[in-house]
Amino acid sequence: MVATTTGAAAEHRRPGPRGGTERRGRVRRFLDRYWYAYALVLPVVVVVGGLVILPLAQGVFFTFTNINEGNIANPVLGREADYDVVGLANYLNVLSGDPAYGSFWGVLLRTLVWSGICVAFHYGIGLGLALLLNRPMRFRTLYRILLILPWAVPAFVSAFAWRYLFNADYGLINWLLGSVGLPTPVWLGQSPVAMVAVIIVNVWLGVPFMMVALLGGLQSIPGDLYEAAEIDGATPWQRFTQITLPGLRPVSSTVILLGVIWTFNMFPVIYLITGQNPHTRILITYAFERFFSGATRDYAIASTYGVLILSVLLVFAGVYLRALRSQEAD
Amino acid sequence: MDVTSLQTSGRAGPSGGRRPAPPRSGHRGRRSPAASFGLHAALVVASLIAVFPVFWVLVTSFKPDSRAIEASPSLINESSLDNYARILAGEKGDFLAWFGNSLLIAGLTTVLAVMLAASTGYAVSRFNFPGGRGLLFFFLVVQMFPFAVLIVPLYNLLLSLGLQGSAGGLVLVYCTTAVPFCTYMLKGYFDGIPREIDEAGRMDGLSPFGVFWRLMLPLARPGLAVTGFYAFITAWGEVAFASAFLSAADQSKTLAVGLQVFVQQNRTEWGHLAAASILVAIPAAVVFYLVQRFLVSGLAAGSVKG
Repeated sequence: MVATTTGAAAEHRRPGPRGGTERRGRVRRFLDRYWYAYALVLPVVVVVGGLVILPLAQGVFFTFTNINEGNIANPVLGREADYDVVGLANYLNVLSGDPAYGSFWGVLLRTLVWSGICVAFHYGIGLGLALLLNRPMRFRTLYRILLILPWAVPAFVSAFAWRYLFNADYGLINWLLGSVGLPTPVWLGQSPVAMVAVIIVNVWLGVPFMMVALLGGLQSIPGDLYEAAEIDGATPWQRFTQITLPGLRPVSSTVILLGVIWTFNMFPVIYLITGQNPHTRILITYAFERFFSGATRDYAIASTYGVLILSVLLVFAGVYLRALRSQEAD
Repeated sequence: MDVTSLQTSGRAGPSGGRRPAPPRSGHRGRRSPAASFGLHAALVVASLIAVFPVFWVLVTSFKPDSRAIEASPSLINESSLDNYARILAGEKGDFLAWFGNSLLIAGLTTVLAVMLAASTGYAVSRFNFPGGRGLLFFFLVVQMFPFAVLIVPLYNLLLSLGLQGSAGGLVLVYCTTAVPFCTYMLKGYFDGIPREIDEAGRMDGLSPFGVFWRLMLPLARPGLAVTGFYAFITAWGEVAFASAFLSAADQSKTLAVGLQVFVQQNRTEWGHLAAASILVAIPAAVVFYLVQRFLVSGLAAGSVKG
């Protein structure tokens, strides 16, 4: 997304008179030209910037302290803060992989697997359904509405629905499995099966967005391309790989990047369905566990996890965008 | 045409069928019965999977709690409207107050987020001002934030602004999560509107704000609808922030928070939980139905050109 937006920047800039003007004149001209834009952007910068930059700065500061529920300033009780700066100790503890600090590397690996599997299914199923929907047929609008529906359901309602379906004793899924003679696992128990369950739920939740975005992408591919290819005798598979996939590239690159970012931080699905289950623990849910539960409410470690999550995603986005750009240059 | 070509022969536009078809590739625009059956079968199965969990909650919501946990499930089992009646009567918490709070908060978030995203999206789309690209990249980075762990700093900030515990503070927080993606979508949408329209508006003596307000916003209505939908859904079902930033009094909870408490206290009351879930899902479904015809075009513009 970012890669593709940056192109058109230069074309609208008129060559302004350079040199010979004094500084104030330049500032005036600058404001004359751009003040509308800045006025339109200002509210967002104030709101988003204020509510993101300041907390982030404070959160980063917390990672260098031993702050927790017991020593944070509490205005309600009139208590002063008395936490200490501990340097890099939090990072060293977390990165050592110590189970007392959440076995960082194992959880990171699980988070990567979780994101990879979920986004692969989101994209694959979303693309398949978009291809099916992108043709004239009866009931097309009805199918589309029904298929987008999971997106419109509030997350905690879907979580409730799936917990009910996955229930080991009276859930419909085990009843179905049992009635055809298959084993009926305890889906949401303390075992790796729980991970399969939350992946199923998250795939169900995430497909509609991909499908809608890819459907829009398919509709923006000019139909003549397909006709020309057909006249040239291209097989359906060739048309798919030579026209459809390249035509979807701008959409695909955007939604895959967003999908990975969103899935990586997909907290509600896991937390609402399996709670604090070490078998479904990903980085964000562990941060939240440290944050909200336990006697101590360890804000410092939770913030450290937050900063590490942000770092991993920034590295990923950087590599991803660079790879896109170099592919485009080919 | 064999079944495998079902995968790709989709682009049969209105002109596709009329053209004399090249000999080998057969009935473009007219599917064989087998292909047609396969297409509809696949879509029916997918639709069933998409709808079924919600449908099953609906079925359960009419059953008494004791019938909702039977080992061999049935569609109707002593079903009645009792669960709904009891919830709406307030036996399980101040449901109507929660409902009103949620509507207010989600509504304000929607209006504010769409306004912010529209003005920013328009500015980034039309004026190449220094910092515009940086702003878009910043929005991408904001999406990476593990917001859950920023709750303490946000709490402190809202406290010092005097917004802690109020709906206004929560609305602002929701806006920061909804605005970045909304801005991307709307920027893409504005990019698709020809610049000549802006220029014509300026010729007629409109200020840049006038162009934005009188010309661009009405033209971008599908994009605005999708953006509004996204913002509404973001705010409507959110639990973590709402439980941290609203006061603990029962009357000031949102639906999501209230039901979360309800779930934790009444793990066995599946029938009542189902009924409450359906009541929560209805407003979201209404909003969804109002905007669904814009979803494809609105979202597509954003992600293609974003």
